[in-house]
Amino acid sequence: MRPILLHGHTRSLTKIKYNSDGDLLFSASKDKSPSVWYSHNGERLGTFEGHGGTVWDLDVSYDSNRLLTGGADGACILWNVSNGKELFRWTTETQNAVRAVAFAEGDRKALYVTDKTMGQSCEIFIVEISENIAQQTSGHLKRIVVQGDRATVALWGKLNKTILTGHSDGTISLWNAETGKLLKSIKPHTKLVQDIQFSKDREFFITASKDQSSLIIDATTLEVMKQYTADCPINSASISPLFPQIMLGGGQDAMNVTTTSARQGKFEVRFFHLVFEEEIGRVKGHFGPINTLAFHPNGKSFASGGEDGFVRLHFFDEDYFSFKFPEELTFEMNSDE
Amino acid sequence: MAVGNNDLSHLTTIEDLENAEFDESSIDFSDIEAKFAVNVPTGFAHVIVVDNVPIVDQAKEEKLFRVIAKLFKEAGAIQPDGIHMPRDPKTGMSKGYLFIEFETPESADKAVVLFSGHRFDKTHTFSVAKFDSVETYTSIPDEFVAPAEETFEPKEHLLSWLTDPRARDQFAMVKGEEVGVYWNNKAEVPDRAEARTHWTDAYVAWSPLGRYLVTVHKQGIAIWGGQSWKKIMRFSHPNVKLVDFSPNELYLVTWSHEPFVTPDGQHHHLAVWDIESGERLRTFPTDPSTMPQPEAQRGGVAGPVRFGWPIFKWSFDSKFIARMTPGAQGAISIYEVPGMGLLDKKSIKIENLQHFEWSPTEHIISYWTPESGNIPARVTLIRIPTREIVRTKNLFGVIDCKLAWQSAGEFLLVRVDRLKSKKQTVTSFEIFRMREKDIPVDVVEHKAGEDISTISWEPSGARFAILGAEAQKTSVSFYQVQPPSTSSANTGTKLLKTQETKGINTVSWSPKGRFCVLAGIRGMQGDLQFWDLDDQSIMATGEHYTCTDIDWDPTGRYVVTSVSAWRAQSDTGFIMWTFTGQQLTKQNVLGFKQFVWRPRPPTLLTPAMQKKIRKNLKDYSKDFELQDAAETNKASQEVQEKRFSQIREWRDFLADNQAKYDQDRTERIKLYGFDPDAKRNAQDIEELEEWIEEIVDETEEVYRGD
Repeated sequence: MRPILLHGHTRSLTKIKYNSDGDLLFSASKDKSPSVWYSHNGERLGTFEGHGGTVWDLDVSYDSNRLLTGGADGACILWNVSNGKELFRWTTETQNAVRAVAFAEGDRKALYVTDKTMGQSCEIFIVEISENIAQQTSGHLKRIVVQGDRATVALWGKLNKTILTGHSDGTISLWNAETGKLLKSIKPHTKLVQDIQFSKDREFFITASKDQSSLIIDATTLEVMKQYTADCPINSASISPLFPQIMLGGGQDAMNVTTTSARQGKFEVRFFHLVFEEEIGRVKGHFGPINTLAFHPNGKSFASGGEDGFVRLHFFDEDYFSFKFPEELTFEMNSDE
Repeated sequence: MAVGNNDLSHLTTIEDLENAEFDESSIDFSDIEAKFAVNVPTGFAHVIVVDNVPIVDQAKEEKLFRVIAKLFKEAGAIQPDGIHMPRDPKTGMSKGYLFIEFETPESADKAVVLFSGHRFDKTHTFSVAKFDSVETYTSIPDEFVAPAEETFEPKEHLLSWLTDPRARDQFAMVKGEEVGVYWNNKAEVPDRAEARTHWTDAYVAWSPLGRYLVTVHKQGIAIWGGQSWKKIMRFSHPNVKLVDFSPNELYLVTWSHEPFVTPDGQHHHLAVWDIESGERLRTFPTDPSTMPQPEAQRGGVAGPVRFGWPIFKWSFDSKFIARMTPGAQGAISIYEVPGMGLLDKKSIKIENLQHFEWSPTEHIISYWTPESGNIPARVTLIRIPTREIVRTKNLFGVIDCKLAWQSAGEFLLVRVDRLKSKKQTVTSFEIFRMREKDIPVDVVEHKAGEDISTISWEPSGARFAILGAEAQKTSVSFYQVQPPSTSSANTGTKLLKTQETKGINTVSWSPKGRFCVLAGIRGMQGDLQFWDLDDQSIMATGEHYTCTDIDWDPTGRYVVTSVSAWRAQSDTGFIMWTFTGQQLTKQNVLGFKQFVWRPRPPTLLTPAMQKKIRKNLKDYSKDFELQDAAETNKASQEVQEKRFSQIREWRDFLADNQAKYDQDRTERIKLYGFDPDAKRNAQDIEELEEWIEEIVDETEEVYRGD
C-alpha cells in the first residue's frame, strides 16, 4: 500500500508516538508545534502551540486525554489533547532544555529530564500529576542528579519501580524510582544512545545508538540479549507488537550527507528478525536520516519521522503477515503436535 | 675553600680569582675530550697501490709520474711527491707497481672506484687497491679451509596453494592495519589463510605468477610465501615506493625517491635485485624530470603509483631489461640479466625516441619517432640482440602515437592521431600482424571527431575495445582483427559494434577473453556493464556506488569491484560478481583499502589435454557441483540448528516474562484503576456509526429531458 505522507512540520522530526489505542499519532519536531494526526488517514487534528523552541520529546497518557511535551526552551508542558489547550507548565530554573518526558504507568506521575548545560548537571525530575488540574502543583516528588554524561532518553520501568536512562556516552542506567538511587549501569554502546523503546510487557527493551548498533536488553538484569548492526548511525528502534521483529532507522549524519548520494545515504527503515538477528527487509522513502520510528499498537502499520520534516505512515502488505522463516514454520508445526 | 659549591661571591677581583686555589684534576673532562678528539689517520687510509703499471727505467720515470698524476688527479689532490715507485736495485727497472699518497682517505676511496680496471694502454690494465687492504689480503692464510657445509633445510613449496582440493583461488585484502590472505568461497564467507596486523606499511602486491606476497615498508620491501607465510627475502631500499617483478619472478626492480649514493657521489633511485640471493645487482639513476613525485606532493594517496612505471621494461623471458632515454639524444639501453651489463656495451641510439614496448612473446622491441624535418614519423620493430630491423612503417601528419601489444604478441596496435583541420584530429589504428609473412599492416579509420581515452585488447584474443568521447557523448567501440583469408573481402580489421554509453571510463577484460566489464570508476557513479563479445551484447548491468577498483580473478569466473579507503571516505568494501553480472556477495569492510587476487602460473596442460577436458567438461563439473551442494547443505544445516536453538531460548524467555507479567496483574490494576489488558481484549467495544449530512449548497435547475 502506498504510504501516507504527513506534511505538517517545517523542520526535522524529533519524536513520534501512537496513543495506546493507535487511532492517534503524535509528533514533535524542531519547529515549535507538536501535532496530532489521525493514524488511519493522516489527517491533522491540530497542533499544540506554546513552546518557544525545538520540542525534543513527548508522551501521551494511557487514556489519550493528556499530552506531555518537553522542549529546548526549558519547558515541560501538560496539554489537553481534545482541545489543544495548555493545562500546566513546569519550567527549569536556568531554562535548561528538557530532553525527555514520560508518563508513568497509570498516569499519576511523570518524569522530565533536563540537559547538562552551562555548568548545570543533567537532572531527572519526578512530578505528581493531579487528576483535577486545579490542584496541580509545580513541585517535584524527587530530583535525581545524573553524574557523568547526560541522559538522552528516559523511560519508566515496569510498574513504575524503576527508571531507565540512556546516555550520550553509550551508557544505559537503571534507577530506583522511589529512592532515586542508581541500581545498575552498563556501557554496551560506544557512542550516544539515541532511543530506547520497551516491549509490550516492559520486560525487555531495544536501544538505538550512533555506534551503528542496536541491542535488545533484559530490563531487569540489563543483560544484552540480541544485537543488530547497520552500516550507519541508528537513531531509532522499535519492537513489533505482532511478530518477533524489530525495525531500525537512521542514516548518515546530516553533516555528512553531502558526501554520499541519496540512494547511498541509507535513509531506509530496516527490518530484522528479532530472534535470528537477520535483516529481512527495507522500506525506502525518506530523503534524510530517519530520526524516530514507532510501530502501531496493533503491529499492522508503522510511522517514521525524518530529518526531511516528513512523517510517513506505512501499512504492511498482505504478504508481510504470511512471511516466516522456514525454521519458524517447522518449529511451530512441531510444537503444535 | 671549596670551589665545588659554586659560591664565588666573596671573590671581588680577577686577581683573587686567579690566585684562588683550584684543583684541575678534580674535574672530569673525558666527555669533552671525546667530543673534540682529533682523528689522526694512523694507518695508510689515504694511500693506494696501483698494479700493472708499465715497467720503466729511471729515465722514463718522470714522464710516467706526470701522466699518472694527471690521471689520478680526478679522484682528488695528491700529496706533493706523493707517488712512489719501488725499483729493482739490480736492474734499475721499476717493479710494475707504485704507491700514491692522496691528501684525504676519501680521495683514495674514489680513486679505487674510478681506476680499478682502467685500461692505461694496450697491454696494461690497472688494478687499484687501498694500501690498507693489502694488509688484509696478506693476512689471508695460504691454506684453503673449506667452509662448513650448511645443513639442508627443506623449504616450503611456494605453489602449495594450487593443490587446494577444491581448486579455490586466494586473494589478499588490506583493511585498516590488517593484511589478510583468504580463500575465495564465492557467496560464502571466505576462509582466512593468514592475517597479520601491520604486515605492510603501505600496500601489498603479488608477484606475477603468484609465488610471493610483497609488503612495502619504510626500510624496503619483503616477500612472503609458502604455507606458513614465512619471510622469503627482504630487500633494503629506504622509503621504497614502487616494485616491479621480472615475468619469471627471479628479479625485482625497486624505486624510491630517497637515493642510494654511489661511492662517486651519484644519486641512484632504481635498484635491480636478484630474488633468490637477495643481492642488489645494480643501481641506476633516474632522470629527475621523469621521476614520479614523492608522496607528499601527490596529495597523500598511499596506494601504488602507476605513473611512468615501470621505467625498466622486461623482455617476455626475463633475459633482458630495457629502459629508454627520450628526446633528441634518445636511446634504448638494454641490459642482460643477471650480469646487468649493457648489451653489446652500447645503447641503441634513436633520435627523438618517444616510446617503446617489448613484444610480450618475442625478442622484438617496437618504438616510434615523430616527424622531424623531412623525415616522416615512423614505427619501427627491431629484433634483439641482432638489432635487425624487422618492419618499419612511415606515418604522415602525426601528432601522437600509442603502442599496444596484444597479450599473445600476435598483433601490435598503433593508435595514430593526425591533425585533419586546425581544430579537428582524426584517429586511425594500424594493426601489425606479427604472425604473417612480411608483417602486413591493417589500417582502420576511426570515427572522426572522437576523443579516445582507452584502448584495451582482449587477452589472447583478436578483439579490442575503444572508449571515445565526442562532445558530451561517450561511446564504446569493439574492433575485430579478421583471420588471414584468401578472399580479400574478409581480411583486415572490422568495426564490430559501437554503442553509446553513459558514465563509463574503464574497460576491464576477463583474463580468459570473450567477456569484459565496462565501468565508471574513480570519480564516476560506479555503473557496471557486463558484456559478452561473442554476440556483442550486455548480459547484465550493475552498480557499485563510488567504486574505485575492478579485479578479475585469474580464472575469469569472478569480478570484484571495490571502494578503497585510499580514495573514498565512506562505504568502503567490495562486491563479488560472477562474470555474467550476478552479485554473489557484498561486504562492507571498515577501513577497506585493497583487494588483490593471487595470480596463477600458466597451466602445465598441453593444448590437447585442455581440449580433452573441455570436451568432457560435464564429467568433471559433476564432482564440483556435488562439492558445492554439500558445502551449501552443510552451511544451511548449521544455520538451521542455530536458529532452532535461538527460537527455543527466546520462547523460554517470553514464557518467563508472561509469568512475571501475570503475577503483577493486581498491582497493575491498582496503578491504572482498571485492567488495561481486559479493556483491550474485550469484545464488547461499542462501535458507533454516525452519519452527518451537511448541505453545502443548493441550486435549482430546470431539467429538459426527452
